Amino acid sequence: MATMDRTARSFLLSELVSGMWLTFRYMFKPKATLNYPFEKGPLSPRFRGEHALRRYPNGEERCIACKLCEAICPALAITIEAEPRDDGSRRTTRYDIDMTKCIYCGFCQEACPVDAIVEGPGFEFSAETRQELFYNKEKLLRNGDIWEAQIAANIAADAPYR
Amino acid sequence: MAEFWTFYAWPTIWVVIQIVAIIVPLLLAVAYLTYAERKILGAMQLRQGPMVVGPFGLLQPIADGLKLMVKETIIPSGSNRVIFLIAPMLTFLLSLVAWAVIPFGEGMVVADINVGILYLFAISSLGVYGIIMAGWASNSKYAFFGALRSAAQMVSYEVSIGFVIVTVLLCAGSLNLSEIVRAQENLWFVIPLFPMAVVFFVSALAETNRAPFDLPEGESEITGGFMVEYSAMTYALFFLGEYANMILMSGMTTVLFLGGWLPPFGFAPFTWIPGPVWFALKIALCLFVFIWVRGTMPRYRYDQLMRLGWKVFLPFSLFWVVLTAGVLMAFDWLPA
Repeated sequence: MATMDRTARSFLLSELVSGMWLTFRYMFKPKATLNYPFEKGPLSPRFRGEHALRRYPNGEERCIACKLCEAICPALAITIEAEPRDDGSRRTTRYDIDMTKCIYCGFCQEACPVDAIVEGPGFEFSAETRQELFYNKEKLLRNGDIWEAQIAANIAADAPYR
Repeated sequence: MAEFWTFYAWPTIWVVIQIVAIIVPLLLAVAYLTYAERKILGAMQLRQGPMVVGPFGLLQPIADGLKLMVKETIIPSGSNRVIFLIAPMLTFLLSLVAWAVIPFGEGMVVADINVGILYLFAISSLGVYGIIMAGWASNSKYAFFGALRSAAQMVSYEVSIGFVIVTVLLCAGSLNLSEIVRAQENLWFVIPLFPMAVVFFVSALAETNRAPFDLPEGESEITGGFMVEYSAMTYALFFLGEYANMILMSGMTTVLFLGGWLPPFGFAPFTWIPGPVWFALKIALCLFVFIWVRGTMPRYRYDQLMRLGWKVFLPFSLFWVVLTAGVLMAFDWLPA
């Protein structure tokens, strides 16, 4: 009986038919992928993307050149030089991040005592040359200005868990 | 002079017009078959398929074609240049010439020859030459290996295709493709000869080197098989040839089993739609199954492929030839 059953199954191609039926049903299921450049997935508030240097609401830059981020950076991607400014406050004269070295671990953000350097929600910053990925202070501050609203919202959303 | 025009010039021009009228839609169909394949495979794998070039990615095949035309044709230094270049042309050419005998509708055929089915069989058998020449001329291990596989595979499955065709011929009583279609006026051969239709279709998959019988290409084992050394237009010709062959095999399935240009039912709403439209719809259905199978089956192992061809299909189709002939004789149903 078992032999007959097996023979019947193989002659009626039952396994092929059930497999084909499966793929046919899958054809009408909703797609798992997004139509990327036009459609984007949700990002967590903790998402670690492109770096940004933030400012206080009065426009003063937050960074106090403590160099904790430079010290903790495992990829040695951050380079900082600092001098006292005319008004006597300690500020960076140079704040460079080599984005080709960065591993997006988020340690700089964790180390920062004044929430100045953050990894924002931006992830579409591919460039055609290497040079464009060597970010300087100006670029980072501009990023901060662009993303500030979202960065502030993300920090607020994540605050209860810290 | 008038004689020259009536007997030579006009018939020649008329034939050229017919050829253009077949080849241009055929090449467009090939282009959009690649698009359909990517879309359907995408849907079966819960992906979207091409979406960016044009609305719903509809211009993707054109973009691909342009890219292949602009790229550089690389000829390997160790290759046999002449054969290397002839091989893709031959493959492409053979996939086009077979269309001469395919009837698109009542009387709509370029060459209504009496041995149309033999012509088709001969042309599809020649298809293996393009692949063997490509494999040999490339002077590459993978390409040669793919070509050897392809040769053995196509030879094996042609045998059972031959027997399937014999059963159809027994039922139709003619080698003329239009006559074969007319013989299905009352009943498409797919119904009485269903197992043979399945064998034919599976053999057609093997004949066109399609999944699950795509061992000659075998991307994951021999990196593209006989096409591995080809680039740009030479590659594009192989590609066009393969897809045109798929359409041709679907056309053969339609003519032999699905009643060609005949509507599924011989009464009012179905008979309003013209024959060529029915023919195209049936081909599209077969092509969908081609792609559907690719979306479902993993590739056969080589020994399984040979076992299926020689130890399953061959005896099975032989048995059906005998059975069909016996039934036709016993009930005196042989066509006049």
